[in-house]
Amino acid sequence: MRFARIVPKDRGSKTSIPRQGENKVDYAATGQDALARIAQAQDLDTLEALRVEFLGKQGSVSGLLKTLGKMTPDERQVEGPKIHALRESVTEALAARKAAFESAALEARLASETIDLSLPAPETPRGSVHPVSQVMDELAEIFADMGFAVATGPEIEDDWHNFTALNMPESHPARAMHDTFYFPDRDAKGREMLLRTHTSPVQIRSMISEGAPLRVIAPGRVYRSDSDATHTPMFHQIEGLVIDKGIHLGHLKWTLETFLKAFFEREDIVLRLRPSYFPFTEPSVEVDVGYAYEGGRRVVGGSGDAPGHAWMEVLGSGMVNRRVIEFGGLDPDEWQGFAFGTGVDRLAMLKYGMDDLRAFFDGDVRWLSHYGFSAHDVPTLSGGVGTAA
Amino acid sequence: MKFSLSWLKAYLATDASLERIAEKLNAIGLEVEGIEDPSEKLAGFRVARVLTAERHPDADKLQVLSVDTGDGPPLQVVCGAPNARAGLVGVLGLPGAVVPANGMQLKKSAIRGVESNGMMCSVRELEMGEEHDGIIELPKDAPVGTAFADYHGADPVIEVAITPNRPDCMGVYGIARDLAAAGLGTLEPMSEVEELSSFPCPVEIRTDDPEGCPAFYGRVVRGVRNGPSPQWLQDRLKSAGQRPISALVDATNYLMLGYGRPAHAYDLAKLTGAVVARRAHDGETVQALNEKAYTLDGDMTVIADDAGVHDIAGIMGGEHSGCTEETTDILLEIAYFDPERIARTGRKLNLTSDARQRFERGVDPGFLGLAMEHLTKLVITLCGGEASEVVIAGAAPDTPKIVHFAPALTEKLGGVRIEAGEQKRILESLGFTVVGEEANWEESWAVTVPGWRPDIDGAPDLVEEVVRIHGLDNVTSVALPRADGVARPTATPAQKLERRMRRAAAARGLHEAVTWSFLPEAEAAAFADGEAWTLANPISEDMKTMRPSLLPGLLSAGKRNLDRGATGLRLFEIGRRYLRGKEGASDERLALGFVLAGEKTPRGWATGKAVPFDAYDAKAEVLALLAEAGAPVDKLQVMGEAGPQFHPGQSATLRLGPKNVLARFGMLHPSIAKQFDIEGALAIAEIHLDAIPAKKGAASFTRVAYAPPPLQAVTRDYAFLVPVELPAGDLVRVVQAADKANIVAARLFDDFRGTGIPEGHKSLAVEVTLQPLDKSYKDEDLKAITDKVTAAAAKLGAVLRG
Repeated sequence: MRFARIVPKDRGSKTSIPRQGENKVDYAATGQDALARIAQAQDLDTLEALRVEFLGKQGSVSGLLKTLGKMTPDERQVEGPKIHALRESVTEALAARKAAFESAALEARLASETIDLSLPAPETPRGSVHPVSQVMDELAEIFADMGFAVATGPEIEDDWHNFTALNMPESHPARAMHDTFYFPDRDAKGREMLLRTHTSPVQIRSMISEGAPLRVIAPGRVYRSDSDATHTPMFHQIEGLVIDKGIHLGHLKWTLETFLKAFFEREDIVLRLRPSYFPFTEPSVEVDVGYAYEGGRRVVGGSGDAPGHAWMEVLGSGMVNRRVIEFGGLDPDEWQGFAFGTGVDRLAMLKYGMDDLRAFFDGDVRWLSHYGFSAHDVPTLSGGVGTAA
Repeated sequence: MKFSLSWLKAYLATDASLERIAEKLNAIGLEVEGIEDPSEKLAGFRVARVLTAERHPDADKLQVLSVDTGDGPPLQVVCGAPNARAGLVGVLGLPGAVVPANGMQLKKSAIRGVESNGMMCSVRELEMGEEHDGIIELPKDAPVGTAFADYHGADPVIEVAITPNRPDCMGVYGIARDLAAAGLGTLEPMSEVEELSSFPCPVEIRTDDPEGCPAFYGRVVRGVRNGPSPQWLQDRLKSAGQRPISALVDATNYLMLGYGRPAHAYDLAKLTGAVVARRAHDGETVQALNEKAYTLDGDMTVIADDAGVHDIAGIMGGEHSGCTEETTDILLEIAYFDPERIARTGRKLNLTSDARQRFERGVDPGFLGLAMEHLTKLVITLCGGEASEVVIAGAAPDTPKIVHFAPALTEKLGGVRIEAGEQKRILESLGFTVVGEEANWEESWAVTVPGWRPDIDGAPDLVEEVVRIHGLDNVTSVALPRADGVARPTATPAQKLERRMRRAAAARGLHEAVTWSFLPEAEAAAFADGEAWTLANPISEDMKTMRPSLLPGLLSAGKRNLDRGATGLRLFEIGRRYLRGKEGASDERLALGFVLAGEKTPRGWATGKAVPFDAYDAKAEVLALLAEAGAPVDKLQVMGEAGPQFHPGQSATLRLGPKNVLARFGMLHPSIAKQFDIEGALAIAEIHLDAIPAKKGAASFTRVAYAPPPLQAVTRDYAFLVPVELPAGDLVRVVQAADKANIVAARLFDDFRGTGIPEGHKSLAVEVTLQPLDKSYKDEDLKAITDKVTAAAAKLGAVLRG
């Protein structure tokens, strides 16, 4: 292109370019000779010298172009394309050779810049979410879809909320079964202060503060003076409460089935309801779930009566006792409902396969790294509330 | 509650299998906790006849028997028992059988060169008694070849968990009644017993505490001979886990275990004067049958005579007047005690007993006189003697409870439709009396509650009775009605904040721990800012006081990890701090605490030596987390007074205003580290989630309008000479505030002391970002800004360096 501009400028100059017909130039030979010399060039300087020799103002190929002006139109028609072709091939060869030199130089530079990428990169610490927190989030997600809000209450409770309002008056034998931790303190109403033995007092607090209809779950820490291989003096429970009109045991069964199916992400969850006794429900129902051992671990699913299966108690539940509804400030002739409770730690163990409850509360980073969850494992309904191993 | 199958069958005529009975017990709410079936224990032992018995060629005391096992050719068995002889029918253990007494597995062997294919067993070897003088001799017509368990009538023992509302099922008869109602057989009616009295009761019986002991039935039986009770009675008591003691004691226990009715027998010779139910005197003592002495108070009911207390009423008898082998005359006591008082007394004395369990749950007040007759009859059958008339002091509460119950409620509450006739049948078979029409579903029946069911006091209880006997399996799932549309968010702002903080911390590389809410008292005290909550009955000294801060628990967890060789430890917890609230209530506040221990960066090929955590790392985490929480991070002030748990020169609080402390952070005080036995420096922090202000105004998704400014921001650096004690943050804050229209950011990038800097001073360099609005800055604009910056800094004693 540059060359094309030069042509008209030089038009008319009279030099010793051989005239057509008198001194015939062998373009092909000239071209071959030029290309050979370009190919032989070993560095950029040589290449630049060759460019000047062929294509510079006084260059040999440039000289040939100048002859075009002196030719007759007929001659020009014959010779022009040949000269232009010659110039083009020389130009291209120069460019190609130059590019080759440059890429070789770049390669050499890059080769010199090589680093060992098997060396470790700066480490970013990885944190984790505790399985109890993860499972509580999962439960909140499942129950939110069924319209349950999350309710909370104090862990340092008074005996009225923890027992009396749950139909366990003083001297009720069930009180003694609770292995309660007591404080020497009494509150302003003279009530004994204690560590809540279950999440059930949140039932009372929710009814009093929210009224009816009501759907809440109440997860949290609870305390029993009990410590052995499978019991810790502190553990986690989740309570569920529905107060509405026309709610019956069938609704309770459906809710528990739906919850466990969603939690374990299995359709084959089978429940067995057994009559039981809790002072705060009437009728009271204990709920077993069918399971089998797989690889030495309990895996829920299937009927407990199926071959190789058994039943395991997972929940306590029942229809809320009329007195409890009254203590919650509601009219038991108008409102009825159900309540249930289960251990969060145990649910976590069943789902994710931990076998030692005590390890939950040790804070061993090796255990937490293994059983904990990534911050990004946020339970969602669309993505599934569980996190695959 | 444990009992043998044969005991159950004494009250329940049934041909149901053990398996079916267990299944039904579970289904009606009497949870089977275990079944011990001796036929499993006796597997491999069968009835066999000795055909021939010859002297062992090499041993005087051994014989070589040929034994018919009922099938196949006779087996050769070597036996050492002196009574082994031809014609004897006994019990042969075959190879593979496990001897119950010692767990040895029998195998084919050679005894002194003679092959033996099993063992003829003694009573003791089969754990059927103590005899070991010879092998068992069965009647000649015992069927040879039969499994011994079948022949002997192996009696399985069933253990059920009785919920505290069912005192009636703390006797085998009550369990039989429930099973009969559930269609598993027929309940044997309670037999009437003829009056046995032959003379007036010589002892005065009174109740001076009609509240604690409304009714006291007493009777003397004289001329009894105490001794071991017969085998059948011992077997039954043993099946219930009760050690047989003597016929008199066993008789009272039998009444208790069979019918849920505790009773007591006093040795009449040890009593003087009237036997009275009364309140104990404060400080009065009694030596109980468990050989422990108890000090009583005026709130407790006792049975006493002129000499003193003989019985902690309804809980445990006294040692002094207990029956012995020498006892000849007894006083029988059947009383009704107030359940609440029994519970209170038992709790106060920390004394449990089978009697207390039954009395505090409520025994049948209608079963006193008849119980006395049953007991008397059993005593006389076992020990002979003659019974006096029964003296009755006081009267048991006898107002029958009537519950109004409409059969429609079963469906309304239980979600299962059961015909009215069936509901009535169930209730009646459980002992309820039902008055009402079956035709009208909605109309209430008058249902009289039997005395043995103190738990029933409302219609829902009857729904439970009907549904559990009918079968909970019949309840079908019904979907909970749900609101139209997608689920609405339910989490509160505090809950959302907690979840967000947890995941933010985990995303920043911290591991979430869950530590105990309670601490050793001293550890809590080190972090308390006021009176902590301390348990009256801690499970151990290490779990005594509720944490006033998350840090001590995390420090202990941190120590455990460091002791296990952890490096680069990053541990956090989100949970409650337990403080004192209003009116004696607790004030539980959500906090996030963390500890950073060991190496922030391990030694590395690129970074050189390991870098330990310092207070700035704690600050970085705190600020990042607070930003994540939506706290106004740029408005926070770094102030001192993080607390005595922190290194005084390397800690601070972050406050919003002078009072509201959002977080405290810094290095752990070495003396606290020592208290927790931790070596090395730890960076720690606690963020008070409850102190973070909630976003103001109505929640809206729309953000404040914004478009990136068209003109490019420019930066200017200013270096100031300041007094060395001036906090850099103060300088940055005044610089940033010097010209709010133009300065959008100020960032400290150099803190230099030394050469060229006068003593007592330091050089702080701040990079200021300026954002022109509608036109680019001219020199005079920049000079004006610089003047403002310089003037603002000068107020802190800062001088712009040339």
